[in-house]
Amino acid sequence: MSVVEANLGHDVHSHDEHEHHELNFWRQYIFSEDHKVIAKQYMITGIFWAIIGAAMSVIFRLQLGFPGADLSWLKPFLGDWITETGALDPNFYLALVTMHGTIMVFFVLTAGLSGTFSNFLIPLQVGARDMASGFLNMLSFWLFFVSGLLMFISIFLETGPAAGGWVIYPPLSALPQAHMGSEMGMTLWLSSMAIFIMSSLLGSLNYVTTVINLRTRGMTFTRLPLTIWAFLITAVLGIISFPVLLSAALLLIFDRHFGTSFYLSEIYINGEALPNVGGSPILFQHLFWFLGHPEVYIVLLPALGITSEVIATNARKPIFGYRAMIASIMAIAFLAFIVWAHHMFVTGMNPFLGSIFMFLTLIIAVPSAVKAFNYITTLWRGNIVFTPGMLFSIGLVSLFVSGGLTGIILGNSALDIQLHDTYFVVAHFHIVMGAASAFGFFAGIYHWYPKMFGRMLNSTLGQIHFWLTFAGVYLVFMPMHYIGIAGFPRRYYQFTSFDFGKSFTDLNMFVSIAAIFTFFAQFIFLWNFFYSMFKGKVAPQNPWNSNTLEWTTPVNVGHGNWVGEIPAVYRWPYDYSKPGSDVDFIPQNIPHSQTLESNFPHENEYIAQEKEIEAQNYNDQFASH
Amino acid sequence: MIYLVGLLLVVLLGIAIAVAAKLQKVMGSTQSESEAPVPNNKANGALWLVFLVGGSVAMVWSYLASQDAFLPEASSPHGRETDSQFWLDMGLLTIAFFIVNFLLFFFSWKYQYKKGYKATFYPENHKLELIWTAIPAVIMASLVFLGFRSWTKIMSDAPADSQVVEIMGKQFGWIVRYGGVQDNKLGGYNYKLIDDNNNNPSGIDYSDEASFDDFINVSEMHVEVGKPVSLKIRARDVLHSVYIPHMRVKMDAVPGMPTKFWFIPDKSTEQMRAETGNPNFDYEIACTEVCGRGHFAMRLRLIVEDKASVDAWKQQQKPVLSTILEADPKFITKIPEKLRAKAMNYAPYVEEADSTTASTGSAAAASASMR
Repeated sequence: MSVVEANLGHDVHSHDEHEHHELNFWRQYIFSEDHKVIAKQYMITGIFWAIIGAAMSVIFRLQLGFPGADLSWLKPFLGDWITETGALDPNFYLALVTMHGTIMVFFVLTAGLSGTFSNFLIPLQVGARDMASGFLNMLSFWLFFVSGLLMFISIFLETGPAAGGWVIYPPLSALPQAHMGSEMGMTLWLSSMAIFIMSSLLGSLNYVTTVINLRTRGMTFTRLPLTIWAFLITAVLGIISFPVLLSAALLLIFDRHFGTSFYLSEIYINGEALPNVGGSPILFQHLFWFLGHPEVYIVLLPALGITSEVIATNARKPIFGYRAMIASIMAIAFLAFIVWAHHMFVTGMNPFLGSIFMFLTLIIAVPSAVKAFNYITTLWRGNIVFTPGMLFSIGLVSLFVSGGLTGIILGNSALDIQLHDTYFVVAHFHIVMGAASAFGFFAGIYHWYPKMFGRMLNSTLGQIHFWLTFAGVYLVFMPMHYIGIAGFPRRYYQFTSFDFGKSFTDLNMFVSIAAIFTFFAQFIFLWNFFYSMFKGKVAPQNPWNSNTLEWTTPVNVGHGNWVGEIPAVYRWPYDYSKPGSDVDFIPQNIPHSQTLESNFPHENEYIAQEKEIEAQNYNDQFASH
Repeated sequence: MIYLVGLLLVVLLGIAIAVAAKLQKVMGSTQSESEAPVPNNKANGALWLVFLVGGSVAMVWSYLASQDAFLPEASSPHGRETDSQFWLDMGLLTIAFFIVNFLLFFFSWKYQYKKGYKATFYPENHKLELIWTAIPAVIMASLVFLGFRSWTKIMSDAPADSQVVEIMGKQFGWIVRYGGVQDNKLGGYNYKLIDDNNNNPSGIDYSDEASFDDFINVSEMHVEVGKPVSLKIRARDVLHSVYIPHMRVKMDAVPGMPTKFWFIPDKSTEQMRAETGNPNFDYEIACTEVCGRGHFAMRLRLIVEDKASVDAWKQQQKPVLSTILEADPKFITKIPEKLRAKAMNYAPYVEEADSTTASTGSAAAASASMR
C-alpha cells in the first residue's frame, strides 16, 4: 500500500509541475505533442480535405449527369479549366477524378480516420498518459500537413494536378509527353505521397508501440476494446504495406527523372521511339496493389472497430463473439496481403495467377460475413439507443454488407472480365470502402465528440444528418450498379461517343442529383460540429454510460489524461446489462470484488488477482519507476 | 423515368425529415414518459422500418425499370456462360442482401430502447458462429469452382483455326492489323520502326516476308461469324484496354508486353440488328484503361459478317507496304536484298508496274479463292 501512496504522491507532484510550465500557444495548439490535440489536428485537416474531395466529385458528377450543360458559372472559380463554350475540359475531368480518389483514400479515410481516432483513443482506452513518442507523433502530423500542402499546390498548377487515375499507372504517369497531368502535377503527387508515407509510418509505429507497451495495469490483450484491436492491426497493415508503395513511387520517380526503365518498354510517343526497353508496367501494378489492397482494410478496419464499440454501448449488450471479432480482424488483415492481384485479372497477368487470387479473394468473404452476423446478433434483444453515433454504426453495417456482397462477383475472375473498370466497380468500392468508412468516421465523431470538446453535439441534427446521408448514399450508388451492368466504363469524360453508352442518360442525371443532395446534407453536420464546439450543451463525464476507460477521465481532459493515478483494469469492456447487476453497465475499472452480485463463477477467481494488478504501475509515464 | 425516380427521392427524404422533425415535437411532450437517453428514439426506430420497406420497393422497382438498358444477351458463347453465372451469383447475393438488411433494420426497430427493459447478456455461442462461418464458406467454394472452370476455359490457348487479328492501342485510337490475303500471316514488328509520318504506324518489320501483304485499318475490324477470333493485343504508348461490351471481352494492351484474348463471335451484326430492332446497331470496341485526354472516345467498329463479306472486304484493303512504297520508292532499299524481288510485287509505281501489279492482283485473287 505504501508503494501506491508513494506513486500517488509523485503523481500529484508531477501534475503540479506541469501546471507551472504553461505551454505557449504554439506548443499547445500548433506544434503540440499531446495526442488529443494531434487527433483534433488530423480531424480538422481530414474534414477540410473531405470538403475539397467531395466538392470535386460534385463537379465531375455535373459533367456526367448533365453532359453539355453550360458550366460557365464555374469559370470565376475554375478559370481556363472551363472552355470557351462553357464545357469542362476533358483533361481537367481526369484531374478531378484522380484528385478525388487520392484525397479521399489517403488524406480523408487513411489520415483523417486513423489519424483522428487512433491518436485520440489509443492512449485513452488503453490507459496511457500519451503516445509512446509525442515528438514522433507531432512529426507525423506535420509531415502529413506538408504532404497535403504539396498536393494542394498541385491543384493550382497551369498544367493541372496528377490526372492518370488515383492508381497512377505508368507509362501514362511516367511520360510527361503522354498527358498534361503527368507533368509537374505528377511530380508533386509523388513527392506528396512519399512524405505522406513517412507520416503514416511514424504514426503507425507509434500506435503499435503504445498499444503493446503502455497498457495500464490489468489491461491484457483480451481486455482491449475492439477499437484498439482494429487500430493495432490497421497500424501493422500500414507498416508492412506502405513501404512497398514508397518503393513503387521511388522507382517511378527514377523512370521520370533519371532515365531508368523499371516500368517502361517499347514505347513510341509523339513521333518518337523511346530508348527504354525491358521494363514492365505490370510490375508497377503489382507493387501498387500490394499496398492498394491492404489500403482498403487500412481504411475500413478502424471504422469497423469504432462500430463495434458504438454498437455494443448503445445496444446495451456485450459485442457478440468478442474473440471471433478479433480473429476475423486478423484473418482479414492476413488475407489482405495475398489478394492484391484481383485488381489485375485482365491486365495480361498470367491467368493461372488469376485463379489463385480469385480463390484467396473469395475467402475474405468468410471473416467479413462473421463480422456482419456478429453485429446483427449484438442488436438482437438489445435495448437500443439511437444516438447519431449508433445510427451511423448500424448504417455502416448495412453498407458493409451491401457493398461487400458485390465484391463476391468482382473477385470472380471470370465475371470480372466484363465488369472490370466499369461503374459496377465504382459502385462496389464506394459503398463498401468509401461510404462505410465515412460512416465510421461520423460514428466516431458523434460518439467521442463529448470527450474531445467537453460539449454535446445536437442529437436531432445528427439524426437528420444520418437519415439524409444514408438515403443519399444508397440513392447514389445503387443505380450506379445498373450503369455498370450496362457496361459503362469508368473515368469516361462522357458516354456519347459510343452507341452502347447512349442509354441511361436519365439514370446518370439521377445519380448526379442524389450526389449533390448528399453533399449538401453534410453541411448539417458541419454546422452542428462547429456550433456545438462553442455553444453545445456541456457534456457529462460519461454521456453514453460506456464501459471503456476514456470516460473515467475528467470532462475536459488535461495533459496526461487522468488526474492522479491511471485507473487499473479488471474486466473486459463489454459488461453491459450483466445479469444480477442493477445498472446496465460495469466500467472496466470496477473490480470484481465490488460486483459480487453479478459475477459469473469463474469471475470470482479474478478477485484474487486484484491486489496484484493494483500493485503494478509499470507504464505510467508520470510515475517514477 | 427520371421524374419518377426524382419524385421517389423527394418523397423518401421528405418522410425522413417530416417524421424526424414531427416526432421530435411529439417526443418532446412525451419525453417524461419514455425517458429515452436521446431524443427521437422512437422516431428513429420507426424510420428503420420505413427505410426497409421504402428501400426494398425502390430497389425492386428501379431494377425492373433499368433492365431494358442493360446490354443485350452476349454475342459470344463464353459471354453467355459468364452472364448466366453473373445472374446466378447476383440472385444468391440479392437473397443475402435482403436477409441481412432485413434482420439489421428489423432488429433495430424491434429492440429499440424500452424503459425498464434489460438487454440480454449474450456474449457468444460457438455453435452459431461455426454455422455462419461454414455456410458462406461452402457457398464461396462452389462459386469459386464455377468461376475457376469458366476462367480456365476462357483463358486457354486459342484454337488453331482462329482468325488472327492484331489490335494495337494508341493515343487515341486503335490500329487493327491483318495477316493479309496472300499468306494470311501476321509479320513481325518492332516498335523502333513505328513511323507515323511514313505510313508505318504499327511498326511492321519488312525484314519478315510475312509482313509484305499485311494491311491495317484504323476504323473497323471485320471478323467472320462463328469462327474463333484470336486477338493479339499491343499498345504503342501507354496502357489501353480492349473492351468489346457485347462480346464480354476485355484485356489490357501493355507497351512492351503483348497480350491476347480469344472469343467466338456467333451473332453477325445483321443478326443483332434484327434482334435488337435497331437498324443502326454496331458492335463497338472501347478503351477501359485511362490513357489520357481522348480516352473516352477511342471507338472502333467491329463488324461480324459471313466469310464471303469478310474476304471481299479484305480484298479491298491495301497492304501497308504498297502505301509505303507509293510514297517513298526508296524504301525498297531498306528491305533485305533477297526479299526485294518479292517486295517489288507490292510496288505499283515501277516501270514494269503493269505486269507486276496485274500478277500481284491475280495472285491475290488466286490465293483468296484457294482458301
